[in-house]
Amino acid sequence: MNRSLRLFISIASWLLSVAITLVGLAALTFFIGRVLPIDPVLSIVGEKATPEVYQKVYLELGLDKPLWQQFIDYLGKLLRGDFGTSFSTSRPVLTDLVNFFPATLELATIGLVIGVVLGVPMGVASAYWHEKWPDHVLRVIGLVGYSVPIFWLGLVGLFVFYYLLDWVSGPGQLDVFFVGVVDRVTGSILIDSALAGEWEIFANAVSHMILPALLLGYYSLAYISRMTRSVMLDQLSREYVLTARLKGASEFRVVAGHALRNAAIPLVTVIALSYGGLLEGSVLVETIFSWPGIGNYIYSSLFAADMNAVLGGTLLVGIVFVLLNMLSDVLYRVLDPRSRELRR
Amino acid sequence: MSTTEIVADPRHAVRAARWAEFKLFARRFMRNPLGVAGLVIVLLLLFAAAFAPWLATHDPYLPNLTSRLAAPSAEYWFGADELGRDIYSRLIYGSRLTLLIVALVIVTSAPVGLIIGAVSGTVGGWVDAVFMRITDIFLAVPKLLLALAFVAALGPGIVNAALAITLTAWPPYARLARAEALVVRNSDYVNAARLAGASEFRIIVFHVIPMCLSSVIVRMTFDMAGIILTAAGLGFIGLGAQPPLPEWGAMISTGRKFIFDQWWIATIPGAAIFIVSLGFNLLGDALRDLLDPHLRQRK
Repeated sequence: MNRSLRLFISIASWLLSVAITLVGLAALTFFIGRVLPIDPVLSIVGEKATPEVYQKVYLELGLDKPLWQQFIDYLGKLLRGDFGTSFSTSRPVLTDLVNFFPATLELATIGLVIGVVLGVPMGVASAYWHEKWPDHVLRVIGLVGYSVPIFWLGLVGLFVFYYLLDWVSGPGQLDVFFVGVVDRVTGSILIDSALAGEWEIFANAVSHMILPALLLGYYSLAYISRMTRSVMLDQLSREYVLTARLKGASEFRVVAGHALRNAAIPLVTVIALSYGGLLEGSVLVETIFSWPGIGNYIYSSLFAADMNAVLGGTLLVGIVFVLLNMLSDVLYRVLDPRSRELRR
Repeated sequence: MSTTEIVADPRHAVRAARWAEFKLFARRFMRNPLGVAGLVIVLLLLFAAAFAPWLATHDPYLPNLTSRLAAPSAEYWFGADELGRDIYSRLIYGSRLTLLIVALVIVTSAPVGLIIGAVSGTVGGWVDAVFMRITDIFLAVPKLLLALAFVAALGPGIVNAALAITLTAWPPYARLARAEALVVRNSDYVNAARLAGASEFRIIVFHVIPMCLSSVIVRMTFDMAGIILTAAGLGFIGLGAQPPLPEWGAMISTGRKFIFDQWWIATIPGAAIFIVSLGFNLLGDALRDLLDPHLRQRK
């Protein structure tokens, strides 16, 4: 009885802290959208609006009410899924976001897979050969990934692999004559074309996707390999590794079976965080590759001075960020028996 | 040096000890070739910014339509852009803008974060709870997007871009300072200072903040690389420095139209961003190996 009560309290306080973070996020976007602009109405209707239109929007926004009341109204609208209307597409922002999000998710997920598949072994190798030449080489590769402006790398990649070598397809999700052929089911072009059995389109999508996905993969690889290295360094210096070696376990077994298994738990957190980073990194990559995702949506809304869309996109990515953090927290507790032990 | 001398002139002894420590530090730093490479890059950047008028071969702002989109040559080392301006000279002047943004962000975000963290850790209680909750919120939001929305609301420009980056850059300093303050708060020498009647303010400023400095310096060096990249990203999107300013990210964005035929316009400023940010990262890596107390303990 006592134990379940304590469990309930800890879950409740944890949920409360997630809720506070989400409200804080909403407060930030509220601040940026309503408080910062000198005149929020003007930023919506533009300079040439008639006084009647101005007055109408002024009342619609509820600017005659006190600020805290406005914020409560704003929160209420967000909870009902009302992110406002985009003035450039004249659709609800939420509809737009739902339309554009799958493309971003697809790109970021493939990028993450590339980052994990390459980054974790790189980090392990780097830790295993600590301060030897493989470590130096791998660290420099990682540091380059940290330091390179990703949008510039995208341009260079397009120039070299699309224009000079013609190995991959150019910007966009598909070649022009394939656009709209496949019915939209999930919004992910790979899944949709595979479901429709259109393998030619599938191949075309792959050749369009490969460059931006590799870029995002490299972007996340830098972080993942660095963190893997430091976690593995810590594990490899523990005594149980020495014990395993003394008992005659093979080096592969020591590294992969013992050290990496223990390193896997903190790595889950790292990977969840870098997934959030990828969603953000895709903003710049999408603008380079004209990828029809959230990033491109935010980018084009910026030029239309469409703050509802910009803030809606920011809020969506922010919410995903917070939820990923939360997920990594949960996974950590589920995976690590020690943290469960402590809570009893 | 005998003991009597040290007693006779304690200030001199302290200075000598500091100098010896610095020499040891410098010698250990020189043993790391990557760190030295990073330092050289950073010094070159400072040099370029300081002596830009003497290093530049052309006026960075004056259009010259006869040399429009000229390829790299003896006259235009890195080619010319769409208005015929020398890219090399614009790069040199652009280093000033890069440094300006970095400096603006660092001098605002590091002290703010440091003070919030130190106060939070030293005072504790509900102050700590509130400050850390706010810090967590800022840590949980996507940085580039927040900066982007912020500049979009305030209007583009260098100062606004720097403000926006500051908004997202201070929380790690607060975390760092708080962690350090929690350790220091109950240490003997702080208790001694408290017994001697030192105010909380004095303890924070003279006893807690100095303890954070070495980790803050490491963090700052890494941050500078990140700030350069974010500023370049904002410039590329068109929210940073406005034309005709030779900001590197904005230069890439104008060169983007010509990427297939006149590749140098976009690629060369990007290479500059990359090299400078790599320099700060290499330097940060080397400094962390030397300064980070946690790493030092492990060895």
